[in-house]
Amino acid sequence: MLSYTIRRLLSVIPVMLVVSIIVFLLVHLTPGNPAFIILGEDASPEAIAQLEKQLGLNEPLYIQFFDWIKQVMTGDLGTSVYSAQPVTELIFGNFGPTISLMVLSLLFILVISIPLAILIVSLRKTILDPLFTNASLLGVSIPEFWLAILLVLVFGVTFPIFPVAGYMPLAEGFGPWIYHLLLPAFVLALVEIGIIARMLRDSMLDSVNQDYTKTARAKGVRERDVLMKHVFSNALIPTTTVLGATVAGLLGGTVIIETLFTIPGIGQLLIDSIHRRDYPVIQGVVLFIAAIYVLVNLIVDLLYAFLDPRIRYD
Amino acid sequence: MMSKKRNIIALTIFLLVALATITANLWLPVSPAAIDANQRLLAPSGTHWFGTDDFGRDIFARVIVAARVSLAVGVIVAVVATVIGTLLGLVSGYFRKTDFILMRIVDGFLAFPALLLALALVAALGGSITNIVIALTIAFFPVMARVVRSAVLQIKNAQYIEAARTTGTNNVVIIFRYILPNVLSPIIVQSTFIFAKAILAEAALSFLGVGVNPSTPTWGNMLQESQIYITIAPWFSIFPGIAIVITVLSLNILGDGLRDAFDPHSVKKKRKRKPKQTAPAA
Repeated sequence: MLSYTIRRLLSVIPVMLVVSIIVFLLVHLTPGNPAFIILGEDASPEAIAQLEKQLGLNEPLYIQFFDWIKQVMTGDLGTSVYSAQPVTELIFGNFGPTISLMVLSLLFILVISIPLAILIVSLRKTILDPLFTNASLLGVSIPEFWLAILLVLVFGVTFPIFPVAGYMPLAEGFGPWIYHLLLPAFVLALVEIGIIARMLRDSMLDSVNQDYTKTARAKGVRERDVLMKHVFSNALIPTTTVLGATVAGLLGGTVIIETLFTIPGIGQLLIDSIHRRDYPVIQGVVLFIAAIYVLVNLIVDLLYAFLDPRIRYD
Repeated sequence: MMSKKRNIIALTIFLLVALATITANLWLPVSPAAIDANQRLLAPSGTHWFGTDDFGRDIFARVIVAARVSLAVGVIVAVVATVIGTLLGLVSGYFRKTDFILMRIVDGFLAFPALLLALALVAALGGSITNIVIALTIAFFPVMARVVRSAVLQIKNAQYIEAARTTGTNNVVIIFRYILPNVLSPIIVQSTFIFAKAILAEAALSFLGVGVNPSTPTWGNMLQESQIYITIAPWFSIFPGIAIVITVLSLNILGDGLRDAFDPHSVKKKRKRKPKQTAPAA
């Protein structure tokens, strides 16, 4: 396990290197001079020259990259061109709502998709199973933002049960916090529920007719116990591998959901910064999200190796 | 078989959508661009099947025409991402020496949630249709590269390939004549899913206001415009959304059906499948 852990930890380095090169190059993909684009057409030549210097645009590309990466390593993601605040401050200032949204969504996913998959498998010979398979395909075919609009229409306007916008920090109390987050978190979770439940169903059906389950049945174990102890617990392991993809889906989805529900998270920060052409913030947020995703995948892989010894010796 | 019928229905629906939008100019009774200030935000009726939008334009006509950009973006992204991803996957899977470097680069791209990478790229490049295609291609090719690589790794030590190698067959010939035809099925399945995901992603980008120019009717743009009228004219939001769902769903069903058709396990009608690497959508 130790050697696997070390190997897996080391593999983060090249990935993060490529990630930072991509993020660094983002600014240089812009057609024309970034300083010019940031400051707008009316900017004076002096202001442009000063910003060029501030952004280090006069240096050769690789020097710029090394300067930038050196800064990033010390936790300095630069300064917002729009608000003059440090980017790290902006990111951490906006991270609370995003992490709240994601944790609540993950909770929805686990609480709904696990019992759903078990139910489907235990009723696999009924019409419920093909119905579910089709429904899960429908789930991944619906644009999140459209579903959100419809749910806002139903639960925010026609039956005004939930607030349709805004966010309350946890510090204001648990009630208002969760009340504002329920609808957005549910929308965010919905697509992933379909994916996870489908994955779990597929791997459970894989082991439903395996020899060890047949043996268990032959011994007279109740079908319920066969499903829970033999089928479900074995299906859980492959399902953990898609948890990383789930988090990616959630991270991408928060951008849309936060914009729709006007939740002041990092997704909203990213969209605002794109409209303001605030490149240091765009770079910072994108790098931050990628780093979270890499970290989550690392944890998932280590967890997987811990649960399934075969992986470690691969 | 139930699922066979399902695949045929899905294919028919998809072809109908494509045909309807390609031939739209020939049969649409109203122009999708015809503005009428007296006909703003009308509910669906006999004359306007899907109602009218905030400029009094016919929503049905616009939904049909909007499919052009959405489908075109989807098709081009699917094709280009498939070609790039396949080439990378073949090279990476076949040549051990290049594998490490290529896969670390692919891993770097995979470290971004696809929508986020596309969003950042469009923000940098600017929101034209070409740039959206470029951004989405970059966002989706890494998955294809991974899928192809793992398919290549599974067959590259097969006896017939060993045989070709020992008889001195050129590597390029081995890759394209012996390996590629045998890894085509995961490629086709994956490209169908990329097609579906690209349509959803284009809609999301346009909806976020960083996509196709707002004056061009696309499904995402229509949803973006309709958002503020959701309480007074819900049909304005509902119909473009249904168009997306129908199109993407038919593609996902096709992808699912193709995967089952190619999967040797399902031939025996056993419900036995390996955990998939190719889960649809993100």
